[in-house]
Amino acid sequence: MLSIQKEDFDVATEYAALVKNASNTGAIVTFVGLVRDTEQGLKHMLLEHYPGMTESVIQEIIDAAKQRWDIDDPSVIHRVGELQATDQIVFVGVSSTHRSDAYAACEYLMDQLKTRATLWKKEVTSTDEQWLDSKPSDIKRAARWIENPKSTTSS
Amino acid sequence: MTIKILYFGRLAETVGVRQAELDLTGGDALLETVRQQLISRHPALDDPTIRIAVNQTLANENLTINDGDELAFFPPVSGG
Repeated sequence: MLSIQKEDFDVATEYAALVKNASNTGAIVTFVGLVRDTEQGLKHMLLEHYPGMTESVIQEIIDAAKQRWDIDDPSVIHRVGELQATDQIVFVGVSSTHRSDAYAACEYLMDQLKTRATLWKKEVTSTDEQWLDSKPSDIKRAARWIENPKSTTSS
Repeated sequence: MTIKILYFGRLAETVGVRQAELDLTGGDALLETVRQQLISRHPALDDPTIRIAVNQTLANENLTINDGDELAFFPPVSGG
């Protein structure tokens, strides 16, 4: 399940959907990303996307994760538009027979999403507006999946 | 031929528009030819970190551009 939406999401509802659609599942891993406040005091954060391409890139990432690990169809929700500090931005949920695949695929999905999905953040404070850049640490995290394609977080 | 150009993130503000149409004289052109033409109008586009998608797929400079194509210029992504 993939959704790019302005509306907020409910983690309990998304978790219930993962349980309902799971097959022979022994583990569900979920991740929720939130809007961080800034030192200057965040007025709001603007999330822009490229309709169509954003969905197709995330679907490619989902398909790659399903090929790499033994997981059910993951859920990815990314919000766009104007968000406030502590608002939920992104949800990733993965179900699997065993936790190692669920953990690894969830991390992979987030790492790839942050570096490949066509989404752009702009922080607006009372004194400033600033488009955010990709962080070198995010690029490094995403690259480790190329070096260690079978890497898991449970070992 | 006419192509559609989209700008995202900080580029839309630097260039001053989100969407534009560009008329190209002659037949098909390479992406690099179109890119150089746009750089002459908007020098900010001359930046190696800018990615270009053609019809919503990341493209390289040797791709041939056809009538009706949609080109998108965007800075490094920052979602998640």
